[in-house]
Amino acid sequence: MSGIKTAIAGTLESNDIMITVSPSRQEGKNTIAVESIVMRQFGPAIIAAIEDSLTQFEVGFVHIDARDRGALECTIKARMEAALLRYKELPS
Amino acid sequence: MRTDKCIPDIATALREAGVRDGMTLSFHHHLRDGDFVVNRVLDALETLGVEGMRIALSSVFPVHEPLIRHIKSGLVRSLDTDYVSGPVAKAISSGILAQPVMFRSHGGRPRAIGEGSLHIDIACVAAPCVDGLGNINGSGGPSACGSLGYILPDAAHAGRVIAITDFVSKEPLRSISIPHSSVDYIVKVDTIGDPAGIVSGSINLTRDPVAHAIARNAQAVIRASGLLRDGFNYQTGAGGASLAASQYLREDMRRMGLHGGFLLGGITRYMVDMLEEKLFDAIFDVQCFDLHSVRSIAENAAHHEISADSYANPGRKSCYVDFLDVVLLGASEVDVNFNVNVHTDSNGMLIGGSGGHNDAAAGANMTIIVAPLVRARLPIVVERCTTITTPGASVDVLVTERGIAINPARAELAARLKEARLPLYSIEELRAMALNITGTPKKLALSDQVVGLVEYRNGTIIDSIYAIRDS
Repeated sequence: MSGIKTAIAGTLESNDIMITVSPSRQEGKNTIAVESIVMRQFGPAIIAAIEDSLTQFEVGFVHIDARDRGALECTIKARMEAALLRYKELPS
Repeated sequence: MRTDKCIPDIATALREAGVRDGMTLSFHHHLRDGDFVVNRVLDALETLGVEGMRIALSSVFPVHEPLIRHIKSGLVRSLDTDYVSGPVAKAISSGILAQPVMFRSHGGRPRAIGEGSLHIDIACVAAPCVDGLGNINGSGGPSACGSLGYILPDAAHAGRVIAITDFVSKEPLRSISIPHSSVDYIVKVDTIGDPAGIVSGSINLTRDPVAHAIARNAQAVIRASGLLRDGFNYQTGAGGASLAASQYLREDMRRMGLHGGFLLGGITRYMVDMLEEKLFDAIFDVQCFDLHSVRSIAENAAHHEISADSYANPGRKSCYVDFLDVVLLGASEVDVNFNVNVHTDSNGMLIGGSGGHNDAAAGANMTIIVAPLVRARLPIVVERCTTITTPGASVDVLVTERGIAINPARAELAARLKEARLPLYSIEELRAMALNITGTPKKLALSDQVVGLVEYRNGTIIDSIYAIRDS
């Protein structure tokens, strides 16, 4: 993966989520991949929380890889914020 | 005249025992995830070319994954068990068996065996220590596991009993769990189990602050209930919050100078420590969870092996669970009618089974369910349990880290806890509190294929378990 700009926040512990930010896979838009143990119960809510954070923290077009272990919405947003700010600080 | 019961290998013993297509073979789970016996017997059955067998195994562990292959080949047609975990649970949820699994409780199983509704043709005993006559105990040998409580009813009622062992004592056994008079054959193999999987070296106390908050609330409930007095009888599982609550109980008993009656069920070092400290008179043990308890049951005269029959069979004049003052039990879901699920998770996936859950709940004076209010974004309190393991009528209190709910049918208990100023809520309030944290989960659709039947301890079918729908 050397050479590709990525930033990570979170863990794979229960009740947490691991967010990996990298350059977008499609020009001109954000891309999101979510894997979750509560996908069937909360899939749309998880994606909505991720999209909220992307709107709030402008970092250009990125790809979000989210591995969710049942994080609450506040946790998802906190991990997104940390990952996006880390991504922003990386040299291009 | 019979002089030698020794048979050179498992297949020969099965043939001698008259194994035929469609028979019921029974097994027990004291060797837990270190068990080699079930897989070896299945392999022997395969070489004999029989099919359509019913396997009555008291609990299924990850080590029993080869069952899946034998189900696919037609060797195994049905399962009868009290608890299933690991790959076999997943396979059952996916609908691998044409016949639903019969799920019983630890007390319902000996009831069914005794009354004949679960007739066992051949019982296969994983026997850690056998003498030349065929007497068996669980305390000796390299695969010692302590209590053999769950297989004792099988050995008493099965048509044929095969002891599969890796240790034959030259001396006659002093302590005998299964008498030679019940044993037809002895097969000596190189090893019956992996000691690392049989018992945990040590079960550590949790440091999870949520578990400790639950445990503190459980401690406060026990203290305020009025049941904590001399002669107090107690059972708990080996879950984090339950073990922590037991430690707090121990501190209370010391401080109050109390002397308890007995500790019951599956036993860990924390129970043994309380016995050795003379806080309790006795341990009645159906299963040892760790090395400490295996050592204790062999050495301490106050640490008794009991059969599943006297532990929890509701058809008896009495059983040990009837004498419990308090039991602490876990839950994957509790519904607003206090029904409890320990069979499936909120995705409908099979993750366990009653074990002694609905037995102890029915017997105890006060049944406390300990669970976090929210587990991995899923509320523990639900509208209706995915599967009902234990009916709400036998559940008295739900204790979470954020609050306590009492079954409305227990007005006297509610008054006592209220007086003690505990954080009491209605169960609907706890549910609302959970939903406020998690958001509302989307309801799941399960398939209509029944993969399991839940038999309550008295023989009534109280629920069905459905296959997981692919999505």
